[in-house]
Amino acid sequence: MTTAVSTQTEPAVAFRDLHRHYGEVRALDGLSLDLAPGELVVLLGPSGCGKTTALRILAGLDIATSGTVMVGGRDITHVPANKRDMGMVFQAYSLFPHLTVEENVAFGLKLRGVDRAKRIKRAGEMLELVGLSTQGNRYAHQLSGGQQQRVALARALAIEPAVLLLDEPLSALDAKVRVQLRDEIRRVQLEVGTTTLFVTHDQEEALAVADRVGVMFQGRLEQVAPPTELYARPATPFVAEFVGLSNRMRAEVSEGTARVLGAAVPLLEGSVTQGSGYALVRPESLGVTAAEGDANGRVVSVAFLGPISRVQCRLDDGQLVVAQLTSAGASRLSPDDAVRVDVGADAVLVVPG
Amino acid sequence: MSRLARLTPSLALLPFLLYLTVFLLVPTVTVVVGAFAENGTFTLANITALADPVALTALRTSVLLSAVSAVIGAVFGAVLAYLIVSGGQASWLRRSVISLSGVLAQCGGVMLAFAFIATIGYSGVLTVWLRDHLGIDIFGSGWLFALPGLILVYAYFQIPLMVIVFLPALDGIKPQWREASVNLGANGWQYWTQVAFPLLRPAFLGATLLLFANAFAAYATAAALVSQGNPIVPLLIRSGLSSEVLLGHQHLAYALAFEMIVVVAAVMGMYGLLLRRTARWLR
Amino acid sequence: MRTSPAFRVVRVVLLLLFAVFFFGPLLAMLDFSTRGTNGSRTWAAWANLVEDPELNRAIVASLLLSLFTVVLMLLLLVPTMIWVRLRVPRATRLLEFLCLLPLTIPALVIVVGITNVYQWVTYFLGDHVLNLTFVYVVLVLPFAYRAIESALSSIDATTLAEAARSLGAGWGTVIGRIIVPNIWSGLLSAAFISVALVLGEFTIASLLNYENMQVVIALLGKSDANTSVAASLAAIAFAFVLLLLLSVVGRSRRTEGKVT
Repeated sequence: MTTAVSTQTEPAVAFRDLHRHYGEVRALDGLSLDLAPGELVVLLGPSGCGKTTALRILAGLDIATSGTVMVGGRDITHVPANKRDMGMVFQAYSLFPHLTVEENVAFGLKLRGVDRAKRIKRAGEMLELVGLSTQGNRYAHQLSGGQQQRVALARALAIEPAVLLLDEPLSALDAKVRVQLRDEIRRVQLEVGTTTLFVTHDQEEALAVADRVGVMFQGRLEQVAPPTELYARPATPFVAEFVGLSNRMRAEVSEGTARVLGAAVPLLEGSVTQGSGYALVRPESLGVTAAEGDANGRVVSVAFLGPISRVQCRLDDGQLVVAQLTSAGASRLSPDDAVRVDVGADAVLVVPG
Repeated sequence: MSRLARLTPSLALLPFLLYLTVFLLVPTVTVVVGAFAENGTFTLANITALADPVALTALRTSVLLSAVSAVIGAVFGAVLAYLIVSGGQASWLRRSVISLSGVLAQCGGVMLAFAFIATIGYSGVLTVWLRDHLGIDIFGSGWLFALPGLILVYAYFQIPLMVIVFLPALDGIKPQWREASVNLGANGWQYWTQVAFPLLRPAFLGATLLLFANAFAAYATAAALVSQGNPIVPLLIRSGLSSEVLLGHQHLAYALAFEMIVVVAAVMGMYGLLLRRTARWLR
Repeated sequence: MRTSPAFRVVRVVLLLLFAVFFFGPLLAMLDFSTRGTNGSRTWAAWANLVEDPELNRAIVASLLLSLFTVVLMLLLLVPTMIWVRLRVPRATRLLEFLCLLPLTIPALVIVVGITNVYQWVTYFLGDHVLNLTFVYVVLVLPFAYRAIESALSSIDATTLAEAARSLGAGWGTVIGRIIVPNIWSGLLSAAFISVALVLGEFTIASLLNYENMQVVIALLGKSDANTSVAASLAAIAFAFVLLLLLSVVGRSRRTEGKVT
């Protein structure tokens, strides 16, 4: 299921029906996707879904079995990797250990024959952009993981590429550094305005930085949409369960509405149209209140996560659900309390089962 | 914990330390002391005897032999290592070359000497074939048993040694470096000259030094091939051990052995320094 | 990316040239050692490997030497290395320095200085070629150390030991039943390399006037070159088979222990 976004202007990058087969294995199974100029698109999915393959084909480090890749309206499918105008940031280890930070950033410029003074100036500008202007004379092994990735970003942007490619740039870093750095990357990307393709398996990361997110699974694009739409209106069960948390709750569908826990809930496109199934309900769509004679479940555990809390409840009909409440709301609940669990009016996707 | 309690675990190391002391340190000290002694008194006579023309010539030839065989081994060994690295980690080619290299590098010099005698000796297979079929005499005046022959036979174990020592460095070249340089616009030549060669240079130089030390300390090959004269230091030592007096000194063998330790230790020290640089980059 | 047809051709040609240089002499040895009179083929020289009493004795001596060297090396080195790793980590650098020292002190130098020591050995144990075991252990030390050290580093010995100790194991159990079974490949590797080295050793044996295999091969070279060449080729082939076995065993053990 692909959703091609129509753009008024020529897309900066276009994948057209890209296939990549390794014998029996289909790493990419017909990928078509457009990137608008200046847009940051994230390819999100589990390992093996084809997202990295797509990125490497765009970079020229891998060759598609069939299909075309266009950049700025030009077919570059057969252009060698070192002639494509792209900057790439790898997951790890990509800085040249024998060169200083400044020399690393200026490397692409040196290859293009830019003279020394201009190279140093540009490298300095890039390092300032990523906040490392004092580290120019150090070597890669003297920097932290986060700093190394920032240098890699500066190096990729120094050559003013048409497209910026990021291959899971944060996956090898500590959690806290990851959050800081992803905001950095977004800030830099917005400032420079380069069209960017970002690959990751971390859905929180994807939602935080992207203009649009393309969720991939087994070589195919499940859905491409802005983060809010992806979250609120998942097009397929895979997207609904991969992005954010979902409760699988028994539901009855008739006449365009689903009945979950006795309440009527609107249906999302793609749902089962008739009969019984499972509704994918977001934790924040569930309400949990202390029961006053109308209990339909018991609290199993309360997990305090700072601003919010997740409350696990065992319903009378046996289902185990997780609700997300403000911590203030959850503070009055304890394990074994009898409670009333309600389903909110947000639209749900109902899957067969 | 009391001082004694903290020291006790270290006592378990005593057997090992004692063993090494007796069978490694004592001989070494004996050599060092012997180099500075004659008839039980301290003297520099043996050391100054090292400047004797015979000893100096032997030293010069040893250095020449070691340097030439090290360079040949380094260049060809690096090429061979590169050829098997490009085949993939688990390929049968890689594994067999490494095994064969292990054997040939450790191979006693005697066996290698006979290998070459069997090939290009007076009645060697190749010599005979060339003589009978093409009328070419490659044996000549017996260059196999002099310096040129030694260089050839040394190459036979230096090249495999290079493969073993240099391969880890080649393995340490991360694919991301090639991909990153390609992505930034480098063609093959630029990648090699600006990224790969500079990164491999310390490892290459270090390995060359190791090969030099290996050749300088080698004895068996020369002992098996050279029966007349003592062109290199190890053979001069052999003379010194078998005869009472060499060049007018009883303990010249000790002095020569001391000279060997000094040269080899200096070279290995430099190798150690280069190894550290490599380890940092090519971890 | 780099498998252009031109490169592949060059690669094959170069590999062939190397093969010729390295296998050529080995094949020549085979031919030379089976040469009879007037161009006939005979295996007489090879038969000598078992028939010639002097050579036979030397081969047996060398094989025994390698066995004894391996056993003594393992007994000396393995407990020491494990003990240092688990209980005296401060001694790691010292141990490494000492074990790699023989690389810097040539065998020739050792033999020059060891005559006094061996006078004592002969005094206690009699004059036997197997006395060479003691100095051979020193020679194989660097290679054995490297092999065992890389095996020890690949398992987290400290954590395993702490887990075993917390479950009540004594140090003997920890070393013998926890650590050693997990560094088997390293021990095998050290053993095989030691055997190859001992079989090929000439310098110390000849200068101390013992008759091991290499010394006898060299002596025979003057009178019976065919047999010398046959024995040399046999030794090289044996060592090659050993090391090939090692690489196969090493690989299968590595995949056994892998956790995906």
